[in-house]
Amino acid sequence: MENPANVKKKLPTVEIDLNQCKGCALCIESCMPKVLSLSPAYNQLGYQYAVYGGNGCTGCEACYYACPEPGAIAVYKEKKVKA
Amino acid sequence: MEPSTITVKKGKPEAIYDTFERKAGKDKLTTHYCPGCGHGRVHKLVAEALSDFGLTDKTIFISPVGCSVFAYYYMNTGNVQAPHGRAPAVGTGLCRVRPDSVVISYQGDGDLAAIGTAEIIHAANRGENMMVIFVNNAIYGMTGGQMAPTTMVGQKTQTTPRGRTVMNEGHPIRMAELISGLEAPVYVERCAVTDTKNIMKTRKAIRKAVQLQAEKKGFSFIEILSACPTGWKMTPKDSIKWIQDNLEPYFKLGTIKDVSAEREPMIKPVPTNDAEAIYSALGLQKGKTKASTDRAIGEKRIKIAGFGGQGALTAGVMLANAGMNDGLHVSWIPSYGPEMRGGTANCSVVISDRRIGSPVFESPNVLIAMNGPSLDAFEADVTAGGTIIVNSSIVERKVKRSDVKVICAPLTDLAADLGIKAAANSVAIGVYLGHEKVFERERIYDVLKTSLKKKEALALNIQAVDAGYAFAQGK
Repeated sequence: MENPANVKKKLPTVEIDLNQCKGCALCIESCMPKVLSLSPAYNQLGYQYAVYGGNGCTGCEACYYACPEPGAIAVYKEKKVKA
Repeated sequence: MEPSTITVKKGKPEAIYDTFERKAGKDKLTTHYCPGCGHGRVHKLVAEALSDFGLTDKTIFISPVGCSVFAYYYMNTGNVQAPHGRAPAVGTGLCRVRPDSVVISYQGDGDLAAIGTAEIIHAANRGENMMVIFVNNAIYGMTGGQMAPTTMVGQKTQTTPRGRTVMNEGHPIRMAELISGLEAPVYVERCAVTDTKNIMKTRKAIRKAVQLQAEKKGFSFIEILSACPTGWKMTPKDSIKWIQDNLEPYFKLGTIKDVSAEREPMIKPVPTNDAEAIYSALGLQKGKTKASTDRAIGEKRIKIAGFGGQGALTAGVMLANAGMNDGLHVSWIPSYGPEMRGGTANCSVVISDRRIGSPVFESPNVLIAMNGPSLDAFEADVTAGGTIIVNSSIVERKVKRSDVKVICAPLTDLAADLGIKAAANSVAIGVYLGHEKVFERERIYDVLKTSLKKKEALALNIQAVDAGYAFAQGK
């Protein structure tokens, strides 16, 4: 659990480390709201990488579990805590 | 942000390293797996369960041979890498000596269902306290896509280019059903890392198996159908569909056996390392175990080396046999190349007044170098104060070491003078006994008498021993 300063977008959201993505597109396949797509550009490894459009993530984590790379995808969402 | 909510991150679990320092190359963040490979998905699920249950530091993860051979690059647990198919045997040892650990044997189908069939069956049958993650992708992935026992009928692979046939290669093995047929296993499930629904079922099965491990309920087996887009020559998307269309109808998903509710936690017998208990079990007395002779000769670690046919190995056997007949402890172990003649050969002989711990040693205190390459190979290993006997008939160079006793004896010439050049090894024994009387020469004569049938050869070999002995005495 963390609250990094760079998470400024509205939650829930998904962060994809473009240089850890191998372009298998299984996250795109798994995404129910269809908010992920493959970039036209290539990353350091030479793959087209998955990108998030910035809107519509439901925080379901399907893309996280679909992704074979341990660190490529992170999903952030809000969680209610009891006072 | 409202004070009643916090932001949570679903990312890399703590049981996976932040950076993969063991991995070669510049990129320490991504795995070595191909795009769309199922291994990464399974690694994440296992790591997530270990992290969530707080078992990361108690876990020993066994990497197999196959693409997941480098799982230890990624898993922030204890790691052991096992030879091909042997992970359940290694796991048996681990969970016996570390009964508090969570032992995970992670294996592919070539590793588990082909090469390691015996190991997995018997570990399961003994009900070892471990969990096995069996990643089944119906192919040998790492070696380039050869047929595995789990390859589907009709499936084209490198070794079944026209497709697997029942007549020639038999039916695909259903390992989960095979394991569930045994009495001991507590939980057997088959899942698939395909769509989200099935990935979540796999997650549940892995978490259950990890929990059963923490509770020491025995042997769990999770078979996971997993994609190999590279080996199958498909896109990642198509390979998921191929699992659903081809593997799932034959390898049925679901719980195959679950008797976890009725099983009690158990701890297998833990091997002891208590010296007293071991001595008592073996009927030995602690401390010095004496040879049947009272002579204190210490421990002689003798390396005899030469080219094949020179009789280096035979000389070692003769020394060991003679020492044994003299009541000393002895061992002999050979090391040689595939050639019968012309290659290099050496043997390690230990003659001791005490029980011998290991027949293998790195530093001899006696080296008998019957040719040049042998001196080159072993000169540096001899302990300071040791002895090097060099066959000066053949070896032209001098011994470089100054901290050892050097005896340059023309072994081959002395044998040739007797008309039996092949007896250079007997001369070598004579030289050694002349230098260091670990036992009387007669012991060697006795050994020669039992091994040499021809009277003439026997007489000449005895003379050869005597010639060497006299040479060393004259020094």
